[in-house]
Amino acid sequence: MTDTGFLGRLSWDSFPIAGLIQTPNANEIVANAAAAVVIVGVIAVVGLLTWFRLWGPLWRDWLTSADHKKIGIMYIVFAIVMLARGVLEGVVMRAQQAAGPGDGFLEAEHFAELFSTHGTIMVFFVAVPFVFGLANFLIPLMIGARDVAFPVMNQISLGLTVSAGMMLMVSLVVGNFSTGGWTAYPPYTGAAFNPGVGPDYWIWAIVVSGIGTTLTGINFAVTIYKLRAPGMKFMRLPMYCWTIISSSILIIFAMPPLGVAALMLAADRYLDFHFFTNDLGGNMMNYANLFWLFGHPEVYLLVLPAYGIYSEVFATFSAKRLYGYNSLVIATMCIAVLSFTVWLHHFFTMGQSALINAVFGIATMLIAIPTGVKVYDWMATLYRGRIRFSVPMLYGLAFLMLFVIGGLSGVVLANPTVDYQVHNTLFLVAHFHNVLLPGVLFGLLAGYNYWFPKAFGFRLNEYWGRITVLLWTVGFMLTFLPLYFVGLMGMPRRSFSWEDPSFHPYMIIAVVGALVILMALLSVVVQLWVSIRDRDKTRVPVGDPWDARTLEWSIPAPPPPYNFAIIPQVMDRDNFAAAKERGDAYPTPDAYEDITMPRNTAIGFMLCVLSGVWMFALVWWIWWLAALMTGLMLLSFILWTFRLNIEEVIPAEEVRKQHEAWLDLVHSSTAVDRDHETASENRGLARPDLEAVT
Amino acid sequence: MDKRSEMHRRERRRYVIGYGGSLLLTFAVFTIAYTYGIETKGVYLSIELLGLAQLIVQLIYFLHIDRRRSSREDLDLVLFSTLVLLIIILGTVWIMGNLAVRMHTYPM
Amino acid sequence: MKRAPTHSYPGLNLGRRHASADKASEVVTFGFWVFLMSDLVYFGLMFAIYITMIDAQAGGPGPHELFDLTSIFAQTMILLTSSLTVGLAMLALKYNLPRWRIVFWFCVTLVLGLCFLVLEIRDFMSMAEKGGIPQRSGFLSAFYGLVPLHGLHVAAGCLWLVVLGIQLRMFGLTDLLMSRVVRLALFWHFLDLIWIGIITIVYFGGLAYG
Repeated sequence: MTDTGFLGRLSWDSFPIAGLIQTPNANEIVANAAAAVVIVGVIAVVGLLTWFRLWGPLWRDWLTSADHKKIGIMYIVFAIVMLARGVLEGVVMRAQQAAGPGDGFLEAEHFAELFSTHGTIMVFFVAVPFVFGLANFLIPLMIGARDVAFPVMNQISLGLTVSAGMMLMVSLVVGNFSTGGWTAYPPYTGAAFNPGVGPDYWIWAIVVSGIGTTLTGINFAVTIYKLRAPGMKFMRLPMYCWTIISSSILIIFAMPPLGVAALMLAADRYLDFHFFTNDLGGNMMNYANLFWLFGHPEVYLLVLPAYGIYSEVFATFSAKRLYGYNSLVIATMCIAVLSFTVWLHHFFTMGQSALINAVFGIATMLIAIPTGVKVYDWMATLYRGRIRFSVPMLYGLAFLMLFVIGGLSGVVLANPTVDYQVHNTLFLVAHFHNVLLPGVLFGLLAGYNYWFPKAFGFRLNEYWGRITVLLWTVGFMLTFLPLYFVGLMGMPRRSFSWEDPSFHPYMIIAVVGALVILMALLSVVVQLWVSIRDRDKTRVPVGDPWDARTLEWSIPAPPPPYNFAIIPQVMDRDNFAAAKERGDAYPTPDAYEDITMPRNTAIGFMLCVLSGVWMFALVWWIWWLAALMTGLMLLSFILWTFRLNIEEVIPAEEVRKQHEAWLDLVHSSTAVDRDHETASENRGLARPDLEAVT
Repeated sequence: MDKRSEMHRRERRRYVIGYGGSLLLTFAVFTIAYTYGIETKGVYLSIELLGLAQLIVQLIYFLHIDRRRSSREDLDLVLFSTLVLLIIILGTVWIMGNLAVRMHTYPM
Repeated sequence: MKRAPTHSYPGLNLGRRHASADKASEVVTFGFWVFLMSDLVYFGLMFAIYITMIDAQAGGPGPHELFDLTSIFAQTMILLTSSLTVGLAMLALKYNLPRWRIVFWFCVTLVLGLCFLVLEIRDFMSMAEKGGIPQRSGFLSAFYGLVPLHGLHVAAGCLWLVVLGIQLRMFGLTDLLMSRVVRLALFWHFLDLIWIGIITIVYFGGLAYG
């Protein structure tokens, strides 16, 4: 740490345009194009908001809102923006490798930045916020609550996650990102070998988003533990809630290792500590150990909620009760606990004894058992169901087939002797993309299609949805299945250049696949665009377009701010399905009560901005600014605690008016059967398919 | 009014017992260390056990964690956290210790 | 049937007399307890790192040269006593004793917390004089990663005490503030638990194996 001036180590050379002027080549053009996209994007958003005079509504209805539904939607918007960047980076990387044999068009450093940001973004700023967004929106609706346990903390979590994600965007325009991969192993990322700003961007983005994530995990766990509607016993919770509980447990206990590892790396880099350095007793193996103590639970934290989504989707679109609920609950909890006992399989080759490798290898293989239980339960749910091949169901079927391949390749990798052969090759890359795309991303997209009408009151376009599923599935297979083969042939991962001509055909297929994935991404946008354009034909104000089974479908779409006019009394696992069978799905309440809801507050937005500036100051060694921001963050939080009047009351009369208007709509709508699910007469009132209910 | 002050006395006694117990255990730890010397065989083990005892005393008397039905959730949470902590700490020590042995960093 | 006292969150419950504050505390105190368990993992990892790095002294000063058990004993006594006083403040709150009793125990706790910090910083300074700075070795990095982290928590607790004291003065004993006092007491007790780990593992463990 050296003494630096007013702007720290920030200078003209920190901007990519300086590089383009000095050495104009393809590498610099790609870097500058990326920076330009960010700048143009920001200008376009600011311009559009100003043109349509949306600053006021944006501030009042969204940025300061403590409503879990709006926070959830903001998480998902953020995730999709970041997804676009992550996919583009993936395509550029595939193009680089397809341009071989030889060096391709990018420089090694630039390629390393690409795989580092791609991994960091996809894990921390796409998968995590997308999972959280859906969970935020759904958890209170599913358990019959009016909001999460800590609405303001929820807002703060979002703020911290977004500001950390923004750091990755800033790193495109000012300076550059880490070249150390998403795992950022020292000593390579230590000050001795990597004195630039890259690893610092990574560290602070990870630390700040990690805090946000931990707070969210606590929030979800407490919400499900303490705010369930009367009668909602644990064994009546929808499967999705169970997966979010286990995911929250993983967050609460597995995020600290990441924070510890990143902060210790920061201490090494900023204060010359010796945790992971090569000299004076530092030990980088401690880092590998800490990172994967987090890293392994992390993948289950992402995939379990996706399992939950599939469980809901399979049950609804087979018009059956979920098969083997108890076994699914047990399997979920088993996976949650087992996932804490397998972290070493990420570094089988680090040099520990065969006994240790064997223990962790066996523990890893054990996870295949509860996962297998789940796959069979889902298949049994489909068995003799009245299956509709709607978009979420198609994602689910693609998942069932492709995920099994990914899971089995995981069991192969769990064998330490095999791992010695294929570790650090593209086989591994193929494996984890094979679990993360069909597992997590398809699940999230299925959930997006499934719950979209609940959030916005109109259905997504079915035709474009199917095209999107097709493109994702084909694109995934073309891109990643060839990587299994080149991996086995010995091609290392993360190589910007290669020479063996026998890799070439596979690289070409993979880049074609990457382009198909890019089309899939565009198709997501087109689907959204077409759906918004045609929204008047697909409105479902009654709220139950899919003849679904759980509580969130028993209220209007979009739901009122307070979710439930009357907190429901839960009597069954699939409470809404049971109510529809009994014929009292839409009861008229005897009396209404005043409802207390959290007031809007700007604290989340404040902390978002302040923490963003704080991170930037730390990365660029602008110490006075970092100190100022630390003080301001502390001060704004303390001052916020002086505001005791944090709730507002919605009068019973208003609730009654809104609820009765909706009940009138329910009674005046015609119920549709499942054959007309996608037709415009589907207003969200389902005619239960009695024969199929078993 | 009388019953309340009775309750008050009882709860205050609870804190004082916890304090006294912790005090006693702390004294014991430092006395053992000073009398026998920390390097003596078995001394460190007894210090560890006394530390564990003090943790339990404080959990019961200060934090009111016990086996009552109504506080079962808290107990479960503490036990589960302990489980995860044990996995993490013992695993780390096992792995890193083994690596140190195999890389001949022991004994320095 | 014996009337069991209601007990819906860890720590001293506010009880029937403050029923509304007690109810308001249930969810948020449980959440805070979950947060503390997550924090516990932070400390647990730092303990694990310390254990693996006890030997990484790289020729620098070790536990025998650096640790001052007398000062550690004094710090232990101070922190333990402050755990009692914060408990007494809670009791004063629960049983509606005169306001000055709460303020008194708050002040005692604050003074004890500050004394603890002063002693701890003095320890660090005397360690630094003997060459025991974090930049010297992996062992010292691990020490300074763990013990000051606890100190930072105590400092945060002191700040919290001050802020809460001001708020109690400004707004009186509202439900929200009472529920915050419950959590502060919990936090303070938690720090004492961590300190037991620190004396056992960092100080005595360091002396035994370092």
